[in-house]
Amino acid sequence: MTARIGVVTFPGSLDDRDTQRAIRLAGAEPVALWHKDKDLKQVDAVVLCGGFSYGDYLRAGAIARFSPVMETLIEQAKAGLPVLGICNGFQILTEAHLLPGGMLGNDHLHFICRDQQLRVENAETAWTTDYTAGQEIHIPLKNMDGRYVADRRTLDELEAEGRVAFRYLGFNPNGSLNDIAGITNGAGNVVGLMPHPEHAVEPLIGSGRTDGLPFFTSILKKLVNA
Amino acid sequence: MSRTPLDTVEHAAKTPDVELPWAELGLKKDEYERVVEILGRRPTGAELAMYSVMWSEHCSYKSSKVHLRQFGEKAPQSDALLVGIGENAGVVDVGQGYAVTFKVESHNHPSYVEPYQGAATGVGGIVRDIIAMGARPVAVVDPLRFGAADHPDTKRVLPGVVAGIGGYGNCLGLPNIGGEVVFDACYQGNPLVNAGAIGVMRHEDIHLAKASGAGNKVILYGARTGGDGIGGASILASETFDDAKPSKRPAVQVGDPFQEKLLIECTLEAFAEKLVVGIQDLGAAGLSCATSELASNGSGGMRVTLDDVPLRDSTLSPEEILMSESQERMCAVVEPEKVDRFLEICDKWDVIATVIGEVTDGDRLEIFWHGGKIVDVDPRTVAHDGPVYERPYARPSWQDALQADDANKLARPATSEELREQVLKLVASPNQASKSWITSQYDHFVQGNTVLAQPEDSGMIRIDEESGLGVAIATDGNGRFAKLDPYAGAQLALSEAYRNVATTGAKPLAVSDCLNFGSPEDPAVMWQFAEAVRGLADACLQLGTPVTGGNVSLYNQTGEVAIHPTPVVAVLGVIDDVARRTPVAFQEEGQLLYLLGDTREEFGGSAWSQVVHDHLGGLPPAVDLERERLLAEILISASRDGMIDSAHDLSDGGLIQAVVESALLGDKGARLVVPDGLDAFTFLLSESAGRAIVAIPRSEELRFNDMCGARSLPATRIGVVDGDSVEIQGEFALTLEELREAHEGTIPALLA
Repeated sequence: MTARIGVVTFPGSLDDRDTQRAIRLAGAEPVALWHKDKDLKQVDAVVLCGGFSYGDYLRAGAIARFSPVMETLIEQAKAGLPVLGICNGFQILTEAHLLPGGMLGNDHLHFICRDQQLRVENAETAWTTDYTAGQEIHIPLKNMDGRYVADRRTLDELEAEGRVAFRYLGFNPNGSLNDIAGITNGAGNVVGLMPHPEHAVEPLIGSGRTDGLPFFTSILKKLVNA
Repeated sequence: MSRTPLDTVEHAAKTPDVELPWAELGLKKDEYERVVEILGRRPTGAELAMYSVMWSEHCSYKSSKVHLRQFGEKAPQSDALLVGIGENAGVVDVGQGYAVTFKVESHNHPSYVEPYQGAATGVGGIVRDIIAMGARPVAVVDPLRFGAADHPDTKRVLPGVVAGIGGYGNCLGLPNIGGEVVFDACYQGNPLVNAGAIGVMRHEDIHLAKASGAGNKVILYGARTGGDGIGGASILASETFDDAKPSKRPAVQVGDPFQEKLLIECTLEAFAEKLVVGIQDLGAAGLSCATSELASNGSGGMRVTLDDVPLRDSTLSPEEILMSESQERMCAVVEPEKVDRFLEICDKWDVIATVIGEVTDGDRLEIFWHGGKIVDVDPRTVAHDGPVYERPYARPSWQDALQADDANKLARPATSEELREQVLKLVASPNQASKSWITSQYDHFVQGNTVLAQPEDSGMIRIDEESGLGVAIATDGNGRFAKLDPYAGAQLALSEAYRNVATTGAKPLAVSDCLNFGSPEDPAVMWQFAEAVRGLADACLQLGTPVTGGNVSLYNQTGEVAIHPTPVVAVLGVIDDVARRTPVAFQEEGQLLYLLGDTREEFGGSAWSQVVHDHLGGLPPAVDLERERLLAEILISASRDGMIDSAHDLSDGGLIQAVVESALLGDKGARLVVPDGLDAFTFLLSESAGRAIVAIPRSEELRFNDMCGARSLPATRIGVVDGDSVEIQGEFALTLEELREAHEGTIPALLA
């Protein structure tokens, strides 16, 4: 038996097929979910992928958060369903208040696409157990609104509770506070990050590294062993 | 508000003496008279609108047509060509049942007026051409040319263009994998913003722009129609048609990439369910173009009710609706029993779709508005029978003097120290410097199939995950070479793109071109154009790569001064297994560097002559197409058989530029020895065509040499990958650190 992992397509989602491929390469079964459909098709986990849902015209993630699928997802995430938000998915998770803080435009005001070095800060979430804490990895980053911000209290809380999951190393590509690239909720089932692990799963493609694959193998192991 | 009576066909027939604003709409007197002759009466306002946009230079190719015919007449025999010139884009067979469509277009003029939207909608337009063929778009490329890098206006135009391309392409989810950025004062008032796209489909999924089958429905879907992009709207909105209109409409369209993304997905879903008989995107000339082309390519008859077109602005006149270039719209022809399902799919994607007409038995295109017939034409006369001009052309009087001003006579560096300084200046010059500040604003990862992206010699996309089948694309053009000799310049553009594709290991298959020139009314420009087309057609025939389509952009000039003639050539190639691709970066210390091809003293139009002497004169490098073909075959074989680990084509900036790029990308230095028979200056900086450098594992040296020897390709061992500097033995050394600072610092310092 393998795990079934859902990938939600919103209008303007871009990396849905790439994310499905990454799930397949890790050995799990990808399941396409549709934003207008409240039914999560009994998947074991969900990935909200990157893109520009609703064109990001209002504010990244602000409209997608009200989609029918999100009603069920918010409810189930609170009950423990593992959810990974990548880039636009991370933005949707903050808009949905499943993760604290929010994203502003990059401080340099340009879209930025690069192979970004990160440090894994928390290797105990549902999506990061195949990493080790302190591990340095390269994951492609590509966004317009990637500057993570939160009030001081939230930041202190995230730091104190070890909920900063990934930090930018060497170069902060967007002005994120505390160099934050990704965070987790307190329970460790909901994780969001700006870089794109699904673009680092094959040696030949994209960045040419496979540093992103452990996201998908971590969750698979957790689900299969559960 | 008082309205003049609706200008129906009937009304036009009864009022032959009404004066129409044909001149303001850009028609010449004889062209207008031809319209009257075709119709046997004066045209209605709506008919005039259609003829004026469809017979424009942009849509009808009236100045270039007589020359472009050569691409068909001289087309090489190619089994790979599935759809040739004339459709929205050409289609090439790449094997395993896959077909690839690709095309390059220009969006030059709008991008100067409004850089962000001009460039954004350029991407949008080319991508719709690709969808209209039935293909899923998989990548875009952007060949760009701007004025001097340090000119204040470049700082207005370039960041806007780059942000526009990124803003649109990134939001569509298309990796940007190639292109060029060139600076030259000749493009100051006329930047060239060319955009290319590639799409992939199965052979059986090819769709064409034709409306056949009487009773089939014509469905307009996508964005609502607004008043944007109406070229001659200020005239259309004048007294002749209606007094009460706002007097100006913006001529540059505004893009909505989110809408286009939905359009891609819903169109592909409709294709997958075989719901579409014919399809056309709405680009230049909007509905005028889509209806007349669909009808004339099919059985010929179509009836359209313009009242049914969803509008963004309810005050638009029928003429404006016909001319509007609102973006993100497509027109499909669908069998009646499939209409419901088609509309359902559009609804799923929140795309507005409306039946606006149907295919008829007749051979007339009839358009109705408020119950009156306002258009009744033979659609072929609109779409295909536009005027054709034999514009006078003549070799310019200054051409001889330009060619006599020999760059080989320019002062050369006298000492090793001077040579070192000139090399450093060269790799830091805006044209030779790293463009990563620009390309990092484009997503090149999305879709998860990008094998190579800029600054590699060609962009490469995997199209089959199982077999590893992939396609590569490179675009090149050198306006300086073309100015010195347009015939050779066009051939050199093709040679370079062809070589770039082969350098990465892919076999060149087909060509698309974007021909950017000044005013066709200037005989000197027309001569440049005629020469460039002749050169390109001859070279395509010799290399066996047919031209599958492309675009002509004329009138790129300010006052009397035209841009350098700039034919931009895109070559598409195929590679059986992308795992065999060859990257630019040096991979491993100790590998041997070989120079392939012959190096001669060729400095005319070279980067060195521009950077060091601000000079343009003499002759461009000699063209040798048979050598290009041989070099390509060797590079492809060596890649397939695993004999080389990296390769880089030699072009502007010569050998040293290539070595520096490979070294910086691989973060590994090189030690070079000047070969016997060459001086260091010529070795490093000549721009002789038909050359590449390769890095070979020592274990492969013998086999590689044997192959080159057997095929008579000159291969010279010039050094080794080693250390943390680029050293020319007995001359000078430059550390990777200082090279990196010089090469990567220039563009951010000028533009960031």
